[in-house]
This record gives sequence, structure tokens and C-alpha cells, in this order.
Amino acid sequence: MRRRAAVASVIASAGVLIAGFQIGSAVTAARTPSTTGTGTTSGGSASNSGNSGNSGNSGNSGGTSSGSTGTTGSSGSGGPAKDGTFTGATEQTPFGPMQVAAVISGGKITDVKVLQKTNQGGRSVQISNQADPMLRSEVLQAQSANVSTIGGATYTSEGYLMSLQAALDQAGFTG
Amino acid sequence: MTRATFETMGTVVSLDGAGSPARLDAVRAVFDAADRRFSLYRPDSELRRVADGSLELLDASAELREVYATALGWRGETGGAFTPHRPDGTVDLNGIVKAWAMAEAGRALGGGDWCLNVGGDVLVSGAAGSGAPWVVGIVDPADRTGLLTALPLVGARCAAATSGSAERGDHIWTRGREAAEFVQVTVLADDIVTADVLATAIVSGGSATLNDLTARFDIDVLTVARSGELRATPGIRELVTR
Repeated sequence: MRRRAAVASVIASAGVLIAGFQIGSAVTAARTPSTTGTGTTSGGSASNSGNSGNSGNSGNSGGTSSGSTGTTGSSGSGGPAKDGTFTGATEQTPFGPMQVAAVISGGKITDVKVLQKTNQGGRSVQISNQADPMLRSEVLQAQSANVSTIGGATYTSEGYLMSLQAALDQAGFTG
Repeated sequence: MTRATFETMGTVVSLDGAGSPARLDAVRAVFDAADRRFSLYRPDSELRRVADGSLELLDASAELREVYATALGWRGETGGAFTPHRPDGTVDLNGIVKAWAMAEAGRALGGGDWCLNVGGDVLVSGAAGSGAPWVVGIVDPADRTGLLTALPLVGARCAAATSGSAERGDHIWTRGREAAEFVQVTVLADDIVTADVLATAIVSGGSATLNDLTARFDIDVLTVARSGELRATPGIRELVTR
């Protein structure tokens, strides 16, 4: 039960991710609460309702009336969730069938994979492929690499003459 | 390895590892044919005649119709962020012809170790001289005499395309914005058409398109915003910390 609640929690937060990701996707956003509901209503005991509070709490800002903040970790009875990767049901979204997988290790969710099966050859892509801010100093680490060629926005024949590519071509190939 | 350069399609081609004059000629022939057919700057090109209305699209060559159909397919895939039409409706295949010709040239070259650079877009095969991967230095749009980073092309990632407003002005039409959000977008992919089209689409569509496309396509993306802020997908991070 605990595991199911944890997975429900993951699916709920993943739903938020998807909703945030696909701005304007009202269908997906509307589905989020119902997914949570499915996870929480499956249990019946007191400890399970504590877990459901936990699942509602995934953002840490939700008010849990059951006072179950203490269960955010893994203090509930029943021991830690079994380790493994748990894949949720496939749901239809405007972007094609969507599936969520949670990786649980040591009773904690260590990774959430949002798999989106597009109609392009059944290829799965992770939403965690999102582009995030990166510091210039981080990308500059690669500067010492032996550059073979220069990539940049298209230059004209005239622009070429002043380009790094022209300098590299003149110097001859060194790679 | 030998390096050859020649002009075509209004830009310059640099090719490492052509191997023989015959292979270099084959590559040159691919680009020259594409230029003759698709340039809107040549009054006699087939595409110019389509644009003029003197040639019906349905009567155009199979090659032109195939490229146009491919471009229309990409328009659908990108939600219109990439489009083969100018705002006035003219069919303009500039956004795809170069990459399409690069892919053709790659097929003409076949396997082996080579690196093809056309106006800053890169398609490679095999490895550089020492067996190390081909490494693409990415120009810093704020200082075009410097590099932002260097990205090795490893595994199936054989293509790197960069679009932006730094070299040719704001040549990519943006939708409803005064200026593009990103001044430069680099996309790594397993084929050059995907890389080039999606780089163009992200410049055109901004953050929303970036997030949409990185979720749906197997690509690595590095963007430079007008503010100078960089954004990178996990694949790019992995490459720069190798």
C-alpha cells in the first residue's frame, strides 16, 4: 500500500511536471487530481491515509489536514517500500500515450522517469531531457578539446572569410 | 587527412577526409545541383519558377516535391515553428535544402572517416585522424572569434546544426515576437535534417518550442538567450564534462 501511495505521489508530481511542460494542456492538468485520488482511495487503514497525506504533500506546500507531515519520510508502519522501478499505467495525452516510471531505492523515490511513447516508431523519450540553465564556466571546460571543425549560425561566403572555420581551414586539419 | 573547401549555395563547404578527387567532385555535384534547383536567388532555378507562379508545384520535379513534402512534414512536427513558407506565402525551402543536400552528400561519401561542414552545420562519419571523435567547436555568438564550447560527436550523434541571428541577421521568422528569444541554438541529432530543422524551429518558437521538441525528439540542445544565458539538455552536459 505504501508503495502504491508513493507511486501515486510520483504520478501526481509527474502530472504537474507534464502540465507545466505542456503549457495550455488542460486535459493533462485536469487528470492530475484524479490520478492522486486513485492512489489514495485504494487503501483503507489509518496508516494508508497517512500515506495519502504524504502523497498530497509532495510539493511540501499542501495543507494536510491529517497532520501527517511526520510521515513525509518513511516513519509509517509497514517498513520501507520495496526497491525497484515501478511503471504506471499508460495514459492518453494530447502528445500521445504517456507513461510514468518511479525508481524506488531504500524506501525513497530516487528517480522519476516520464516516458512518452510518441507515434514516431515507438521511440520513448524522457521528459528529463529538458534544457536547464548552465553556466558559461561549465561549458568552457571543454575548451581544451582538440576542435576539428566549427559550428555556428550559417555564414555567407563573405562571412566565411572572417570565420573561425576559415582560420581552421587555412591552418590545415589538425584533428 | 586532407581538407578541401569550395563555395556553393551562398556559403562555403569544408570537407575533411574526402579521400579522392572523385569523391570530392561527387560532393560538389550534390551541392551544385541543389543550388541550381532550389536557390531563390537564381532567376532560372526551378523553385524560383514555382515562386513566380510560372511552374505549378504539381508539375515540378519529383525531387522538389519530395523536399517540399518533407518540409511540410516538419511544419506539422514542430507545430508550425518550422515552415517552408515566407510570411507572404512564397515557398522558401532554404531552411531545409542545405541540410537535405548535406545528407545527400553524406550518402555519396558513404562510410569512412570524414567531416563535412557547410556554413557552420556539421555532418561527420567515423572518427578524426587519431581515432578520437570529431569535435565541433561552437562559436560564441557574443564574440564570434571565440568558442562557447566544444562538443564531440560520438555514437549515433553524427550531426550538429546551429541556427541563430548572429550571422545573417534575424533571418528566421519568429512568430509574433519582435526579436528571437534565443540568439543561437545548437542541436545535435542522429541526422542532419532533424538537427537543422529543429534548431531553426527553436529559434523561431522560443522556450515553448524548445521544451516541446526536447521532450519529443532524441536531440541534445544548447541555447544562448539574448541575455547571454545558456541552457543545455543533459546530453550536452555529459559531452562537455567528458
